[in-house]
Amino acid sequence: MLQIDTWKRVLIWLVCVAGLLAALPNAFYTRVEQSNDAWAQIEVEGETPERLTVAEQWPEWMPSGLVNLGLDLRGGAHLLAEVQVSDVYTARMDALWPEVRNVLRDERGTIGTFRRIPEAPADQIRLRLSDAAGMSRALELVRGLANPVTSLTGAGATDITVSGQGDVITIALSDEEKLASDDRTVRQSLEIIRRRIDEVGTREPTIQRQGSDRILIQVPGIGSAAELKEIIGTTAQLTFNPVVSRGSDADASAGIGNKLIPSIDEPGTYYTVESAPVVTGEELVDAQPAFDQNGQPAVNFRFNTAGARKFGDYTAQNIGAPFAIVLDDEVISAPVIRSHIPGGSGIITGNFSVEDSTQLAVLLRAGALPAELQFLEERTIGPELGQDSIDAGKVATVVAFAAVLVFMVLSYGLFGFFANIALILNIALIFGALSLIGGTLTLPGIAGIVLTVGMAVDANVLIFERIREELKAGRGPARAIDEGYAKALSAIVDANITTFITAVILFAIGSGPVRGFAITLGLGILTSVFTAIFVTRLIIVMWFERRRPKTIEV
Amino acid sequence: MRLKLVPEGTSFDFFRLWKLWLGISAMMVVIGFASFALQGLNFGIDFRGGTTIRTEATQDLDIGVYRDAIAPLELGDITITEVFDPTFDEDQHVAMIRIEAQEDGEALSSTVIADVQGALDAVAPGIKFISVESVGPKVSGELVQTAIMAVALAIGAVLVYIWLRFEWQFALGAVAALVHDVILTIGVFSELQIKFDLAIIAALLTIVGYSLNDTVVVFDRVRENLRRYKQKPLAEVLNISINETLSRTMMTSVTTLLALISLYVLGGDVIRGFVFAMIWGVVVGTYSSIFVASTILLWLGVKRDWTKNNDTTGNQFANIDA
Repeated sequence: MLQIDTWKRVLIWLVCVAGLLAALPNAFYTRVEQSNDAWAQIEVEGETPERLTVAEQWPEWMPSGLVNLGLDLRGGAHLLAEVQVSDVYTARMDALWPEVRNVLRDERGTIGTFRRIPEAPADQIRLRLSDAAGMSRALELVRGLANPVTSLTGAGATDITVSGQGDVITIALSDEEKLASDDRTVRQSLEIIRRRIDEVGTREPTIQRQGSDRILIQVPGIGSAAELKEIIGTTAQLTFNPVVSRGSDADASAGIGNKLIPSIDEPGTYYTVESAPVVTGEELVDAQPAFDQNGQPAVNFRFNTAGARKFGDYTAQNIGAPFAIVLDDEVISAPVIRSHIPGGSGIITGNFSVEDSTQLAVLLRAGALPAELQFLEERTIGPELGQDSIDAGKVATVVAFAAVLVFMVLSYGLFGFFANIALILNIALIFGALSLIGGTLTLPGIAGIVLTVGMAVDANVLIFERIREELKAGRGPARAIDEGYAKALSAIVDANITTFITAVILFAIGSGPVRGFAITLGLGILTSVFTAIFVTRLIIVMWFERRRPKTIEV
Repeated sequence: MRLKLVPEGTSFDFFRLWKLWLGISAMMVVIGFASFALQGLNFGIDFRGGTTIRTEATQDLDIGVYRDAIAPLELGDITITEVFDPTFDEDQHVAMIRIEAQEDGEALSSTVIADVQGALDAVAPGIKFISVESVGPKVSGELVQTAIMAVALAIGAVLVYIWLRFEWQFALGAVAALVHDVILTIGVFSELQIKFDLAIIAALLTIVGYSLNDTVVVFDRVRENLRRYKQKPLAEVLNISINETLSRTMMTSVTTLLALISLYVLGGDVIRGFVFAMIWGVVVGTYSSIFVASTILLWLGVKRDWTKNNDTTGNQFANIDA
């Protein structure tokens, strides 16, 4: 009776110690936060004595994971943006129009004259032929312009649908292409927003895609949602510049009319480029990951008419020379021009992996937001309110805690005291687990912890009441304790599983603060069951082994 | 000497007036539902769309003055309420301004908010906007759906779980108690016109979890006692079970309430509505697990002939003792 294997005892204590260690940094929040920031800075910008002093405020061998504070506690801005994905359809049609016009014009002899109908919806091109007899040839020509859709789900489909009715030809993006295009548009917007926000250097922003066409942006510490919108609204500057030379000297003199800029993916490499760009990103209409004729990953790109002319002229005159693709004064890549590139579309090859080419395509298009953003939800929480909430939450938690501790000792004496040790461990374990999984603590999350404090004693109460009943039934102390734990188990398990189910549903469906509540509630259930079933039992068994009491009072 | 909330060895008869209890519960549910139907909930911007601004100024707050200052901006329906809290300083005057959702489906633009701040600054110099939250009607509609789905899913999942672990009568009793708790909570919110937002949904689901916790503990004991006292009438077995678990029920409710009340008093005004819902839920949930869940179990009856099926109550899942 009342036996717990040594390995189990060791394991239980190890879990407790690990939890305490993981929770410990949160007790020194500011200091650990500064230290973590300093280490991050040293990693990026090199070591300075001051940074090292700050970094060493917290011993390096200690765990340094912290519980993230949610926006409602830290203050900051929250935006939910909807990407107007259909904006892109119009731009695509506008870019396609010159191509359509050119192929049809070349065969005017067989299909007659044609005219674009201006009243057509913006995401379609409609043409009226002067002679319906030319329809089949015209359809054939326009369909020749279609490209395969580059996405997994759209395999086998082409990017445009062309249909003819009477003397009218309608050209629109195919459904598959629209899907692929929407996905690209949202991913680009996400990438651009991330780059924009990273550039400002705020800490720990959350930028997530939500659903098919929405982006959630949360930036702690920023003054207001309006400020955040300004940052997102700025467009990236993409240019194509002629390369003068390439070197590794960061301080080299660039010469008049040139500038020296670093390379993104080759650290320590600097390019001297002509300041005046050949073309800018504003003239780019599309960039897609693709494969070159040797099957190597590459990036296809296309300019609008004006850009195409400038780019064509430049490439014709500079075959064999490198030109730089520059984004915000950093060289993305500097390919060598292999041949004259007429028509405004080209391919960038290089030592790319598939991921690289996808990334580059995204970056190339990341010059400007591909579509307008509509803001559906905006929240600004001032840092004062967050601090007030933290303070109030702390006081409330401490008082709740103290009240429950006192109440337990009054009700169950020594056993209540044992339960209290478990309760304190329980809170530490919640914080430890939150730090380990990088969970976020929100104001409802604090309420979740307080609720856990109240409910965590429930498992112990169930057990203690059972032990009382067993004692009353005339069982000896050891037997009563053993039976008490055994018989209370099914009620504890059933009661906690049902609450856990609701926590999981909350987590799956809820967002923001509600999710924060679900996390602490769920973790609280796990840790409270652990502490009740294993920790208090171990404490009681250890106490029992030392004292060997003839009678016990619960 | 131990503190005892419930004297030892109670033998209250909880079911002498079971029709009365069920009647009272049913009436409360009807009242709660009627209040909800007639008056409706005071939905927060999460569910209705619109903008709330929390302002803080050092001057005494006059709602009329604020209203007059904002009126020229023509933003439609505006509600201004003063917020009181014991944790505020002497010269901390906080107001909540709510502006109805504008027509274009988007959140309120920052220029409008700047205009509001400018207008208020003229009457209360140095006024600070502590928080500004704006939700477009498009999102709020979806949030309502999600919330209803969450509550329905939770209740459904619980129904299935209890059905698997106990029997269908138990599951129905438990779910009736849950529905009772949820409707009473919604009724209180509509009767007192407390702001009902996304966090309250979290509170509702917690109430579901808590009430269930209580119900399951009682049912677990009922299941055990049904095996022990095969000859006693069901009402007596239920009474014995509730009396045996009464001490635990009270202990847990009191500790949880202790924690919640301290949060209610000291936790600040931002989560007060949320905590209020939970306090109410703990009280109602404790009541319903005895007077609704168990009473319905009595009403429906449980299969008592265990001769063929050895001595397991429940189906094949009932004995998964962890």
